[in-house]
Amino acid sequence: MKRRNLLAVLSIEAVLVAMSVLFLFPLLWLVSTALKPIEETMRIPPVWIPSKLMWSNFADAMTYGADKLGYIPFLVYARNTLILCVLVVAGTVASNTLVAYSFARLKWKGRDAMFAATLATMMVPFPVLMVPTFALFRQLEWIGTFRPLWVPAWFGSAFSIFLLRQFFRTIPFELSEAAKIDGASEWRVFRDVVLPLCKPAIAVVALFSFMGTWNDFLGPLIYLLDQKTFTLALGLQFYQSQHGGTQWNLLMAASTIVVAPVIVLFFFTQRLFIQGIALTGLK
Amino acid sequence: MSKRKHNLVGYLFALPWFIGFSVFLAYPLAASIYFSFCDYSVLKKPVFIGLDNYRELFADEVFWITVKNTAIYAAISLPAGMVMALGLAMLLNAKVPGTTFFRTVFFLPSLVPMVSLAVLWLWILNGEHGILNEVLRMVGIQGPNWLGDPAWSKPALVVLGVWGVGNAVLIYLAGLQDVPTSLVEAAELDGASPWQKTRHVTIPMISPVILFNLIMGIIGTLQVFTVPYVMFPGGSPARSTYFYAMYLFDNAFLYNKMGYASAMGWIMFLAIFALTMLSLKLTEKHVHYGGGGTA
Repeated sequence: MKRRNLLAVLSIEAVLVAMSVLFLFPLLWLVSTALKPIEETMRIPPVWIPSKLMWSNFADAMTYGADKLGYIPFLVYARNTLILCVLVVAGTVASNTLVAYSFARLKWKGRDAMFAATLATMMVPFPVLMVPTFALFRQLEWIGTFRPLWVPAWFGSAFSIFLLRQFFRTIPFELSEAAKIDGASEWRVFRDVVLPLCKPAIAVVALFSFMGTWNDFLGPLIYLLDQKTFTLALGLQFYQSQHGGTQWNLLMAASTIVVAPVIVLFFFTQRLFIQGIALTGLK
Repeated sequence: MSKRKHNLVGYLFALPWFIGFSVFLAYPLAASIYFSFCDYSVLKKPVFIGLDNYRELFADEVFWITVKNTAIYAAISLPAGMVMALGLAMLLNAKVPGTTFFRTVFFLPSLVPMVSLAVLWLWILNGEHGILNEVLRMVGIQGPNWLGDPAWSKPALVVLGVWGVGNAVLIYLAGLQDVPTSLVEAAELDGASPWQKTRHVTIPMISPVILFNLIMGIIGTLQVFTVPYVMFPGGSPARSTYFYAMYLFDNAFLYNKMGYASAMGWIMFLAIFALTMLSLKLTEKHVHYGGGGTA
């Protein structure tokens, strides 16, 4: 019996190792290519580890096409993306904590119906809303600006409301009651009692909205017109469609620049991340 | 505090969402129904044309191509992704040494932004210097032309999708960790084999999570856009990767047929709704919620 268990453990371990190799390989290949001199990208048999680490590829990728007219440094895309991320994360946290607090801890007429409607909207696919939303922003003359990409974040989103509400409800109501007896207003209870206890959930929502903005492609594709305003995701696609298929090492270097911050962020917030994703699966 | 004041405070806290819900959800939703019955380009006012958009759609060859492509892609990638995600989660749940490391490894690819993902796989699947076919050649297999052969472009996308299942793996894992060990041990005492334990204890216990992932998978797959848009411009080769959301996007922003695009949006919405209801209905008897016996 004992030997069979050892055998089982070893075979599971073997499968896990094999799968890990498959899952890690594309990422390793990304980094390996990004650090290669151009001639080593096309060699057969393939060069696994670059003979010389070309860190300059990153600088070259960021300034690719500097000799051409209308050149946009890659750093501009990074700056644009960061501006958007800050605006979206700030808006998401500010609006959704308020709204979720209202749904979780305040009683008002129509609350449950409104919450049900909120959940239902999570099923609505974005393409349905795409045309009228575009028309609306066009009326406001916001096309070509960042506004369509961050202003809505300040008015709540169903998913974040849901996630925060579930968490807010786990805070004992006695705490709010006690604070109110001491004369605290609802606002004070929200800010000084409930919010400090909900930091992990708020961090999860902030993290997800950051990732969503960093990764978003369709939004910037629809609303941004001028290359100077492009985000990294859009810039990378533009880069690919312009120079793709030639300088793979530079393209991979550019791609690494887009991937790396997300991976680094993940390693710093791993526990939070995993809890957050597990939370989304539990209704 | 009076009831009225209670209401007022509640409304004040929820105010951002009342605005957001009306302006960015309810209004666009209602407007898109109306637009779907209109001849509408953003440049001029919508003109009501009744069911013409829908009629035209059902006679539109390209529409049906994209429906077919999306259906085929969903039919392969959904089961492939679910089996892979559940399998990996179960392996992780076996609690062998190194689980934390493996979990991180499986999750990492799902962090890669879609555009980077597409660009990276363009390189891996590249016809001339792609590493996948190089590796296949080393073991004596002549790899297909992943990006240029209409028969292989969809499988290429499925491979990418399976590589990015990390999110679902974590959700399954959380579900598996909630399965009471007492149940599994009871089955063991009764002499159940590992397969029987999986089939009759674990799977039923996590069935709500499977259903959740299935529905999320349907919603996501039917809207697939970014990766094929970047990897296969115009749905090449031979329109084999021209998916529903891409045609919708092209109608809206390339051909300026906004009413037509809205009609496509509503058909997609109805399809998602119908498929969700269908999954709920079909799995009704097989999904177990908790131990209490109430759904």
